[in-house]
Amino acid sequence: MTPPYEWRELIRQLDEIGSKSLPLVALAGAAIGVVVSLEARYTLSRFGAKSLFPSSLVYSVIEVMGPIITGLVVSGRVGAGIGAELASMKVTEQIDAIEASAINPYRLLAATRILACIVMLPLLTVAADICALLTGWFAQAMVEPLAFRQFIENGFHGATFNAFLPPTFKTSVYGLIIGLIACFQGMRTTGGAEGVGRAATNSVVLASLFLILADVVLVKFILVVFP
Amino acid sequence: MTASPDTRMKTEEIGKEGRVAAIAVENLRKSFDALMVLNGITLRVEQGETLAVLGRSGTGKSVLLRIIIGLVQPDSGSIQIQGQSLSGLSVDELGVLRKKMGFLFQHAALYDSLTVAENVAFPLAHHRREMAKSERSDRVERLLAEVGMETSLDKMPSEISGGMQKRVGLARALALQPEILLLDEPTAGLDPISSREIDDLILKLQAEHHMASIVVTHDLFSAKTISNRLALLDQGNVVIEGTFEDLQQSDISFVSEFLQHP
Repeated sequence: MTPPYEWRELIRQLDEIGSKSLPLVALAGAAIGVVVSLEARYTLSRFGAKSLFPSSLVYSVIEVMGPIITGLVVSGRVGAGIGAELASMKVTEQIDAIEASAINPYRLLAATRILACIVMLPLLTVAADICALLTGWFAQAMVEPLAFRQFIENGFHGATFNAFLPPTFKTSVYGLIIGLIACFQGMRTTGGAEGVGRAATNSVVLASLFLILADVVLVKFILVVFP
Repeated sequence: MTASPDTRMKTEEIGKEGRVAAIAVENLRKSFDALMVLNGITLRVEQGETLAVLGRSGTGKSVLLRIIIGLVQPDSGSIQIQGQSLSGLSVDELGVLRKKMGFLFQHAALYDSLTVAENVAFPLAHHRREMAKSERSDRVERLLAEVGMETSLDKMPSEISGGMQKRVGLARALALQPEILLLDEPTAGLDPISSREIDDLILKLQAEHHMASIVVTHDLFSAKTISNRLALLDQGNVVIEGTFEDLQQSDISFVSEFLQHP
């Protein structure tokens, strides 16, 4: 945590992890918005609660679907990318070359990537949420006219800090998990090309698994701490 | 350019110049699981001298260099760099010593996401942050010109040949003006002409910079050309150490066999 800081590499990683994941995350969010909208409309109609559609969509997306879908998508794209990149550097002695140059490879390569994941996950989650709400509203409006303004007012009616910010910022923990696992898998690789493939696969699988398990703990934590 | 033995300093002249060896390895041992790789190696390299370490594949030559640069920890023994022991050093203290050493990896280990110029500038960007960008660019161009790669600044490592990568690796190893140079199989995988070009380049750089160098190689011709002394390893031990003539005159059967079939 002491200087000198690798600002240049951090900015590069913020771009790589954040900006370049945005289209994929937005697309995933948009798709989830349609799915949740269709399912919510069908379920609420069965119980005569169609008026609750806006708030059910908003809460479902922001509290549950948005964060987990963003985490899983980023885990796949970024986790595999970091794992493969660092593994490739490991097997071609580039990480040894960095260390032999009296540069801390963990500070340069791992810390920057982990920090970038922690910072960008909440921002990507917000993007996914926005896309999901837009397409969710649109899917509903195609079937039954619903003004966007009415949708927003009804959906966010009675909303508080506890409802929306903690679920969004819990994705920083997802980012920590993705970054840590991918960097560990990559920088400890052995075995040439096979090792690189293994590192990429393990990064995605383990990050996704631990992300879901962490969500169990985080949801309970949020419900207790932010009732 | 033909290699000239006269450009190398004589060992006795080197010994007179400094009392503290640039590199002093004492009774070094290293095993990987049940395999004993280094079994009590003792070597000494003076400033301005080049020691070639020879041996069959798998005899621990590269491991020796990795231990000296601190990438691998020995099981026992000591290493001193300009009188300072490597054992018990903090990361920062080890970093200070590493900045005095340049390391050429066997396959150059260039950073494949950076251009040739960015590779050479990498150590400067991290350790000479006070250096102006223009000054750093000038230094990079001078280093690449020194190794004959001045026209390849913007190329990626994947776009240049193995011999060219070794040249860029050498330039990068020299970026911080090291006093010690460690070369791991500098001619491995190269054709005979490229190998001789690398030998000539190493000789030129040694004459200009007077570094203490250890060259790990199984290229006997290269070792004879660029080094003042040679050390032949077998089964983790130094079988013989001396000039090429000493090796030729040795009556140790392994030495004779190695010289005939390197």
